[in-house]
Amino acid sequence: MPRIVVDVMLKPEILDPQGKAIVGALPRLGFTAFPSVRQGKRFELFVDGEVTEEILAQAREAAETMLSNPVIEDVVNIEVVAD
Amino acid sequence: MSEISTESTKKFNIDTVENAAATPGVELPWAELGLKQNEFDDVVKVLGRRPTAAELAMYSVMWSEHCSYKSSKNHLSQFGKKVTEEMKKDMLVGIGENAGVTNLGDGWAVTFKIESHNSPSMIEPYQGAATGIGGIVRDIISMGARPVAVMDPLRFGAIDHPDTARVMHGAVAGIGGYGNSLGLPNIGGEMVFDAVYQGNPLVNALAVGVMRHEDIRLANASGKGNKVVLFGARTGGDGIGGASILSSESFDDTKPSKRPAVQVGDPFAEKVLIECCLELFKGSLVEGIQDLGAAGISCATSELASNGDGGMEVELTSVLLRDPSLTPGEILMSESQERMMAVVSPANVAAFEAVMDKWAVEYSWLGEVTDTGRLIIKWDGAVIVDVDPRTVAHDGPVYDRPYARPDWQDALQADVFNGSTADAGRPTTVDELKAAVLELIASPNMCSKDWITNQYDRYVGGNTAMAFPDDAGVIRVDEETGLGVALATDANGRYTFLDPYHGAQLALAEAYRNVATSGAIPMAVSDCLNFGSPEDPDVMWQLAEAIRGLSDACMVLGIPVTGGNVSLYNQTGSTPIHPTPVVAVLGKFDDVARRTPSGWAEDGQAIYLLGTTADDMDGSEWANLRGHLGGLPPAVDLERERELGQILINASRDGMIDSAHDLSEGGLAAALVESALRFNTGARVALDEVAARDGVDTFTLLFSETQGRAIVAVPRSEEVRFNDMCTARRFPVSRIGVVDAAGGALDLQGLFSAPLEELREAHEGTLPKYFG
Amino acid sequence: MTETPLIGGAVQAPVDTRLAGARIGVVTFPGTLDDRDASRAVRLSGATAVDLWHADTVLADVDAVIIPGGFSYGDYLRAGAISRFAPLMAKIIDAANSDAKLPVLGICNGFQILTEAHLLPGSMIKNDHLKFLCRDQVLRVENNTTAWTNAYAAGQDITVVLKNQDGQYIADEKTLDALEAEGRVAFRYVGHNPNGSRRDIAGISNAAGNVVGLMPHPEHAVETGYGPAHTGTDGLGFFNSVLNTLLGDK
Repeated sequence: MPRIVVDVMLKPEILDPQGKAIVGALPRLGFTAFPSVRQGKRFELFVDGEVTEEILAQAREAAETMLSNPVIEDVVNIEVVAD
Repeated sequence: MSEISTESTKKFNIDTVENAAATPGVELPWAELGLKQNEFDDVVKVLGRRPTAAELAMYSVMWSEHCSYKSSKNHLSQFGKKVTEEMKKDMLVGIGENAGVTNLGDGWAVTFKIESHNSPSMIEPYQGAATGIGGIVRDIISMGARPVAVMDPLRFGAIDHPDTARVMHGAVAGIGGYGNSLGLPNIGGEMVFDAVYQGNPLVNALAVGVMRHEDIRLANASGKGNKVVLFGARTGGDGIGGASILSSESFDDTKPSKRPAVQVGDPFAEKVLIECCLELFKGSLVEGIQDLGAAGISCATSELASNGDGGMEVELTSVLLRDPSLTPGEILMSESQERMMAVVSPANVAAFEAVMDKWAVEYSWLGEVTDTGRLIIKWDGAVIVDVDPRTVAHDGPVYDRPYARPDWQDALQADVFNGSTADAGRPTTVDELKAAVLELIASPNMCSKDWITNQYDRYVGGNTAMAFPDDAGVIRVDEETGLGVALATDANGRYTFLDPYHGAQLALAEAYRNVATSGAIPMAVSDCLNFGSPEDPDVMWQLAEAIRGLSDACMVLGIPVTGGNVSLYNQTGSTPIHPTPVVAVLGKFDDVARRTPSGWAEDGQAIYLLGTTADDMDGSEWANLRGHLGGLPPAVDLERERELGQILINASRDGMIDSAHDLSEGGLAAALVESALRFNTGARVALDEVAARDGVDTFTLLFSETQGRAIVAVPRSEEVRFNDMCTARRFPVSRIGVVDAAGGALDLQGLFSAPLEELREAHEGTLPKYFG
Repeated sequence: MTETPLIGGAVQAPVDTRLAGARIGVVTFPGTLDDRDASRAVRLSGATAVDLWHADTVLADVDAVIIPGGFSYGDYLRAGAISRFAPLMAKIIDAANSDAKLPVLGICNGFQILTEAHLLPGSMIKNDHLKFLCRDQVLRVENNTTAWTNAYAAGQDITVVLKNQDGQYIADEKTLDALEAEGRVAFRYVGHNPNGSRRDIAGISNAAGNVVGLMPHPEHAVETGYGPAHTGTDGLGFFNSVLNTLLGDK
């Protein structure tokens, strides 16, 4: 079943407490190459049948209005994955 | 370390003091920053030159309504004036510090404060409410106390309005998400739905903390040569609000990134900050400490400096940044959360750093205390701020705003409920009365708040002796002796709308009564005054009257206001919210073992009604359910409240009562149902005698909101003693029933008997129905 | 009818002087919340509570370890996922798996840490109703032979505090079947499954019975007046159990 994958990240200027906690823990395990981490969300919208332009437009709207909170988050990627 | 590293050299057009003196004609965006012409002129007068961009940023945020209380200051001074020596005797720290401190005895002290976070909670309810908890908790820490509990009075729009669910879900989840992660039990609060709050929800937060007397810390920077340190989270663009307003600080090459309008809270960082600060206090490693809230570094540096020896010099490029594009002015204005500023003597610097390292908290040394009387802030060595810190922190503008009794007030007060069209079809038959009770207890404001409070941790810490739905939250302070505190918050916007002077007093009376009902001795008051625009003379009159009423009532009850907060401009267009002074009262237990829960538990105990009932339907929940708001609120009788309080406190101390519940919104009907549902134990109650004594009909007895009343459950063995005490105090008392554990019902004899399951279904079904 | 008990009135002084010799460590991570509560419960049972810090590299001669509740590292990434790599956890994992079979109790966030550390199977995800839930919860003691449950009767119902956000216990069917078959389901929710946990599982043990984890909070039901209404002290059995184990009474 084809899927539309939506990636949502906190806006760059918004504090990301989770990323901050993870970046603090990485060096303790010897992972020292990552000065910054930001954590996001990935959604997979399953589509019954072909992903038409109209369906994609719906996904975009859903991503902007419901899957993300435009006050603090950006939709950074929407892509169609066919399996 | 973590986060994106800061570039050491930045290319701003730095507006130095020298430059400001040399270029008097430069246009500054003072109006965009919220200053009025006269205020900007004052700044120029104070400095003897135009302010630098950074100075302008500081003055604009510190002279805002939020930080300077410029519209309310003249009136608020009554809280400091209407105080007797007796009221002062337990006040260790009064109004003006981050939070007042009250003596509990045995070397213990308690500090508490209530604050608003209303408008951020409208924009982004989760983060707004979360950071509201975070801010008030930091106020408590900065007094040197260990925070021990939080409470949150909430007021949202109509329960069935589509936007209410958004705000409700977000705010409750935010309070839970942040507060639960701090390990602070949430022990009470309020939840009111009213269309007047639709565009202006009220999210107030209270925190309480305890400390030993010797640990009290004040926000002052004393001792020349002592070091100034900023620690906790990094500074980002939080709360600066949209565009880069300081256009004079333009960048040479890069454009500033967008500034977040919403502050995001990091409860984990705050929890670590709490433990870290407590370790600092334990080791006596800080001379002075200040939390960073509104106005961030502007506020912390100017307050610390002006409350201390009067001077401070800091290097702003030393501030650790989350966003390297921030300009000096923005750094000064940023409201990034989970930050603290402290003053540390050179001898303690190493020990201070060891504590920071243990808790993995970031810190940076910004500068030191001086004796120059000036607050000097440098950017890469160039002076960008050179001010007398008092002019920033304390000598802001003060307005005597015009106010007048609204011309509609008389008509409002003349529009009484009795006999109004809304009162048509008043319940009289047995069936109608039962339906009315069920309707009342299922109504948005009277229904069970379990849906909310079950999302809050009330147990963590192991010292919670009582929590919502009991009348007051009770926390043990000393595990050896049982010394403890009780807290209640109350407000009634409808009462205050009808009569601001008495409405504010009624809020105090109810919070006082709730604390006394738990068995604690009321000691201190904190208030959060939520009002509309002070530039509207009607609203300003409401505010002035409420403050006058509250301060007068505090004198009569003998409990001082030790701190609080004013939230103005809560209005949509020209329509303000109901004036809503939320009053928190703190009480003391010598031993919390004597606390009185609000529900019946022991079969066969006698139920007494204390006080008398008059026809007080105006402004009541019942009138509200019928869509009516007019007339005058219930009469205030503070002497009677005090007498009732004494009876409840003595009865608790001497073991004469096992349960007590105050009568307030929803009257006797609500109190009886809540007492039965608390521990799922019913009762047989007869109302004829007391109705005849007071000359009211059954409906009025059940739904009137006359003040100064409570119901108590008295063990058989204590009845004589209890009656004797009430008689000796000439306080009206009537035996109205008996606790009946086996019956499983609230049996109002001669009227109807309602099974507890039926009552519970009505009472607990409402919030899940609307909010899932 | 008895009078409503006074707060703190039910706390008994220890009768067995050997008890105070038992040293029970309570681990604090950044973000741990119920560490003081766990220590209090240890003291009320008569043993000596020993504060342990996540960054410590030695176990300070403790006879048992409690990993208390809270939101260590804010529950960021996954609950328990960052804490699991603390230096002290390596020592605890070794000691729990050693022949000495150090008794380890994980409560709430502690349980999550134990599953992340693979001392216990399965994992916890967000409650099925998606909200934090705080309530008084009845549990059935399914296995009273572990180091932390032997003071209870098999099948006994106890009331303790439940409070969590990510409390839904999940594991694959094979693991669940194995847990049941080996008697490693230590506690089950009674009356109401508060978070959607598979097979109403509230707590489990390892095969040896020295490691137990559960989502509800027994340390909040050890003092009359400060826990679930009208019961209060059902949680003390955990702390009495480990003393039985350490003192060889069971």
